[in-house]
Amino acid sequence: MNAIEAQGIHKVFNPGTDEEVIALQDIDLQVVAGEFLSLVGPSGCGKSTLMRLIADLLQPSGGELRVNGKAPAQARRDRDYGMVFQQATLYDWRSVSKNVQLPLEVMGYAKAERVKRAQAMLELVELGDFLEHYPWQLSGGMQQRVSIARALVFEPSVLLMDEPFGALDEFTRERMNMELLRIWQATGTTVVFVTHSIAEAAFLSQRIVVMTPRPGRITQVVANPLPYPRDFQTRADPAFHALVTQLRDLLRDAVGASDNPRKA
Amino acid sequence: MIRARLVNYLPTIAVAVTVLLAWELLVLLFDIQQFLLPKPSAIFAEFAYQVGLWLAPDERSILFESSGATFWEAVGGFVIGCGSGVLVALITSRWTIISEATMPFAIAANSVPIIAFAPIMNNWFGITNPASKMAIVAIIVFFPTMINTVRGLTLVDARQLELMRSYAASPGEVLRKLRIPNALPYIFSALRVASALSLIGAVVAEFFGGPRATLGVYITQEASAFDFAKAWTAIMMASIIGIGFYLTVLMLERRLMPWHVSFRVE
Repeated sequence: MNAIEAQGIHKVFNPGTDEEVIALQDIDLQVVAGEFLSLVGPSGCGKSTLMRLIADLLQPSGGELRVNGKAPAQARRDRDYGMVFQQATLYDWRSVSKNVQLPLEVMGYAKAERVKRAQAMLELVELGDFLEHYPWQLSGGMQQRVSIARALVFEPSVLLMDEPFGALDEFTRERMNMELLRIWQATGTTVVFVTHSIAEAAFLSQRIVVMTPRPGRITQVVANPLPYPRDFQTRADPAFHALVTQLRDLLRDAVGASDNPRKA
Repeated sequence: MIRARLVNYLPTIAVAVTVLLAWELLVLLFDIQQFLLPKPSAIFAEFAYQVGLWLAPDERSILFESSGATFWEAVGGFVIGCGSGVLVALITSRWTIISEATMPFAIAANSVPIIAFAPIMNNWFGITNPASKMAIVAIIVFFPTMINTVRGLTLVDARQLELMRSYAASPGEVLRKLRIPNALPYIFSALRVASALSLIGAVVAEFFGGPRATLGVYITQEASAFDFAKAWTAIMMASIIGIGFYLTVLMLERRLMPWHVSFRVE
């Protein structure tokens, strides 16, 4: 079964005005349940917009979008997906454990169940010793792990991640990538991962959707031949380099075609 | 621990002592008349005398009675004004249309010198009725509290709101779990300002008339009788109450939001 199905999706911002922007054009995409899929492309290619359409934070201007076979608004009401943003967006006034319990509170879980689930989830992201800490007492990487725990604690079938590691330093980012793969394999969640890092997309995903701007569209969907589990050696694998090169060429050709300075 | 604290406060204490000494010396050196500026030592002596009267079982200290009366006017007005400010903000922010319609008036009203209504309040509630002073204080603190609370309830990070939306949270849950905690720092910064404003409001309102045993009346009467040591002692009392009030609000703030940036201990 497909977790996400998009057919002929259009998104136009400020239609009919001088500021009209075609953010997405003719988007066709199927995400298989349990799959790890990345959307990669430069700024303005509409990758975040596409994710926000899936999350029902925006409405498409045209086309058909289904999440778990339902309209996105219904999927949202059924709590089918969890979200992680570039910023951890934790609540300052809540402890780590209470932050992770937030969605459970909104969804009406009993207190004992909330505490148990939050603890189990925080142990999964290796923050079991930080339950009573406050967000400001944690590093950026730890905060982002809390926000991943918060997104997964109610066991959504889909995890939407919008450049979650974009604000982290390179070392933390690589560690978080491996951590995320471990969590993905432990939970079996479908992951849609937005990034502008080619290497990150190549390291993480089973398939990589290459997107290009003006107007935002899908240039190609590339299957990743690298086997799991992936670790430090993966980045040294010649197949990894070949994939990164292929993705880079795709992006360069496409961006060059739409962004040629001689045409401007 | 205590020693380290003392060292921290040492510069502050040194400044206070230096200023008081310089004041005393200036008055002596230039032979300034006591009705222009009394010596700090004279003010402290008067204060000690009043404390003695207050502690003695069969004596009365008009100064302490006045301080008590003014304090309760300020606190009463503070509670009524700030309480209704927060309440009105909660109601208006629930309906964006209402808050957008009322905010410009609230901001305009906030720049009006409300103390000018004091004589009118005296007519409305009666010049010796503490309600006339409480009313002034309440109006003075109402607007800053309301405006800040509305800001705190509405200036919420867009991501936080999207997160709540992704949980399909109801508007009531967004209010309780996100908007109100988000507004707390805004509310408390208004309350801190209001605590100082409420005492100013009460004392100045009393300048326009009130019962004998209130600080504003006490100060005007002692000043017109040229007993400036007494007037200055009353001013000192007003300052002590004002600072005490402010520190109480600050303590409450620390208790209620230990997570806030300003109280973090690394």
